[in-house]
Amino acid sequence: MKKVIVGMGTCGLSAGARQTYERFSELLSENPGVFELAHTSCIGMCYREPLVEIREGEDRILYGEVTPELADEIYQSHIARGKILEDHVALHLGKGGAAKGSESEFYSLQNKIVLRNCGTIDPESIDEYEEKGGYRAIRKVLEEMEPAEIIGVIKESGLRGRGGAGFPTGLKWSFAAGYDSEIKYVVCNADEGDPGAFMDRSVLEGDPHSVLEGMVICARAIGASSGYIYCRAEYPLAIHRLTIAIGDAREKGYLGENILGSGFSFDIEIKQGAGAFVCGEETALFASIEGQRGMPRIRPPFPAEKGLWGKPTNNNNVETYANVPWIITNGADAYSAFGTEKSRGTKVFALAGKVVHGGLAEVPMGTSIHDLVFKIGGGIKEGREFKAVQMGGPSGGCIPAHLDHTPVDFESIPATGAIMGSGGMVVLDDKTCMVEIARFFLEFTQEESCGKCTFCRIGTLRMLEILTKITKGEGEPEDIEKLLVLGEQIKESSLCGLGQTAPNPVLSTIRYYRDEYEAHINDKKCPAGSCSALVDFLIDPEKCTGCTICAKNCPVDAITGKAKEVHVIDGSICVKCGKCITSCNFDAVYKK
Amino acid sequence: MAVHKEENFSYRLWRYDGAPGELIPLLQSAQDHFGYIPRKAISYISGVTGIPESDIYGVITFYSQFRLRPMGKYVIKACAGTACHVSDSKTIIETIEDELGIEVGGTTEDGLFTLNTVACIGCCSLAPVIMINDDTHGRLTPASLRKLLRSYKRREKSSQGDKSAA
Repeated sequence: MKKVIVGMGTCGLSAGARQTYERFSELLSENPGVFELAHTSCIGMCYREPLVEIREGEDRILYGEVTPELADEIYQSHIARGKILEDHVALHLGKGGAAKGSESEFYSLQNKIVLRNCGTIDPESIDEYEEKGGYRAIRKVLEEMEPAEIIGVIKESGLRGRGGAGFPTGLKWSFAAGYDSEIKYVVCNADEGDPGAFMDRSVLEGDPHSVLEGMVICARAIGASSGYIYCRAEYPLAIHRLTIAIGDAREKGYLGENILGSGFSFDIEIKQGAGAFVCGEETALFASIEGQRGMPRIRPPFPAEKGLWGKPTNNNNVETYANVPWIITNGADAYSAFGTEKSRGTKVFALAGKVVHGGLAEVPMGTSIHDLVFKIGGGIKEGREFKAVQMGGPSGGCIPAHLDHTPVDFESIPATGAIMGSGGMVVLDDKTCMVEIARFFLEFTQEESCGKCTFCRIGTLRMLEILTKITKGEGEPEDIEKLLVLGEQIKESSLCGLGQTAPNPVLSTIRYYRDEYEAHINDKKCPAGSCSALVDFLIDPEKCTGCTICAKNCPVDAITGKAKEVHVIDGSICVKCGKCITSCNFDAVYKK
Repeated sequence: MAVHKEENFSYRLWRYDGAPGELIPLLQSAQDHFGYIPRKAISYISGVTGIPESDIYGVITFYSQFRLRPMGKYVIKACAGTACHVSDSKTIIETIEDELGIEVGGTTEDGLFTLNTVACIGCCSLAPVIMINDDTHGRLTPASLRKLLRSYKRREKSSQGDKSAA
């Protein structure tokens, strides 16, 4: 029987997957027993949501942009008569054969380890996870392996922390294992805070059991008895599915007292973050779990010695844990076969910004930025020019288009001045102003600075003031030098990762786009045509209906025109406040 | 989204056994219950846990999730993530401010709308995006946004009209 599977991750739901699901549900109640209806999470093709898969045995056909109307068509044609609607097929996966359909390139260049089950199984069903080989790794470590052997396999696999810093995971585990303590903790950092990154959310929503399983294996390796998942409260669906998964895992004996009769006990609790970016820093995260203001503390002592509640603690992020069961089941060699010499395995990236295929992609380490943006990402929207990718969010930097041959791994990316980060990759086109993007990230870190270190608290504010001044056309020639000096000082004088990396977006854009800074300062021009104070406001005569609303809203009477006739903005009077853009009901005002 | 039904504010307070780390979950359930954290809730929590009110206030103001004032009926979360930012979310936010006559963080006088920004909603391919309560609206322009906000206002007006008629 054909199975209809609707993608219901956050991206799908926001594109209208609920209505699509309801339509199929109505069709099913009108025609009982004709097909099975199920739901899954994000398969990564966020740009084609809502996605619906029709599965029959090994044959999987994914339709893109399925509205309730298209659901009717799919029912009448594909389900009832077996006639595939080729025009709407995003992906066709047959038994053993290559992927077909309009999105086959997006799919076939990927290697899915972390995302192995995302978009394939029902994340709320532990049975489906088990059918895919889930929880076998727990059985293996409990029945066949000593804790030291587990750490050995993880070390050998070459797995490095996927939160951004890339610290070798096996080594980290061995530190926590080395401290003697009655109580130890395993913590999962699911406080994914970079604006523009949603890898961890997709894993938690799409395959929560893989994270739980990874945590249990880690607990066994280091000898911990309780664990915490610190998840952003902004991810309600992820928390909901994790809660279900933890309940089911307890019921089946994979969590709790005496797991699978081995005598080993371990349980997991979810802690909801309350919205503070700095809590992604592990010592701040521990403070937050302890119920305090989430402020970092000095290391050493490192968490492996004194972490949560002062006990030895191992902290990894979601993606790191999700890799672990796969490595245990398939072996270290199978994992280290992917990637580069120093960066093994795969990495999940969230492609966003001016790229055609916005979504989630998992590729072997060492894949070039060019392949990610053009082959998987499908190039730049509206056929515009590729300018740069921003990696690592507010802690990272911009990699310009001429360096797009750079392989993504833990060595090559930092060499460009950006960082690997957790996997957010925002693609920028020629309309993006690099000064403005640096200002945007600094505004973010400035607001999120916890205030403990003076340089981070005040230094970032001074940098933000200078950048704001530059984008307003009030910059002075010495400003660039001031930014560079301040940036270095903040990096050197801050306690935690937030401050140490906060200047990166500014430093990396000055490094590659100094001419843009200079154009703002010396010529009072924004080459990208983005900074409001430095561009002209114009009215598109094709779109203007002469409704007069912009003229009424203009505070300086710079707009003239009779009713029902095209209006004109007088640039010599205009103060560039943007009121005309926000008030126009026809999107007729634009900046140039 | 409430994780467990029985985990409401008073139950949590009643159940408190001195275990450390309960302050943030208590504040979260207070906010779930009242929509914000009222002055009284701080006193209650302090009374039960023995944590000084000043410390509780310090924790509340540290985290962006907590609010000390009631929110509007419709909470607008305008995404200020990177992908939305490069799709000119600034103009979108200014349009909301203009249409509703409030600034980010404010609530309209009639108590209908509260405007907040969030770091990332996670549907970057629909940028620029806003959420109104649990509904996401993507690919917005100033014009389509005004239409959207006005449809909410109209709906509210007509439902109030129904009530007064009844």
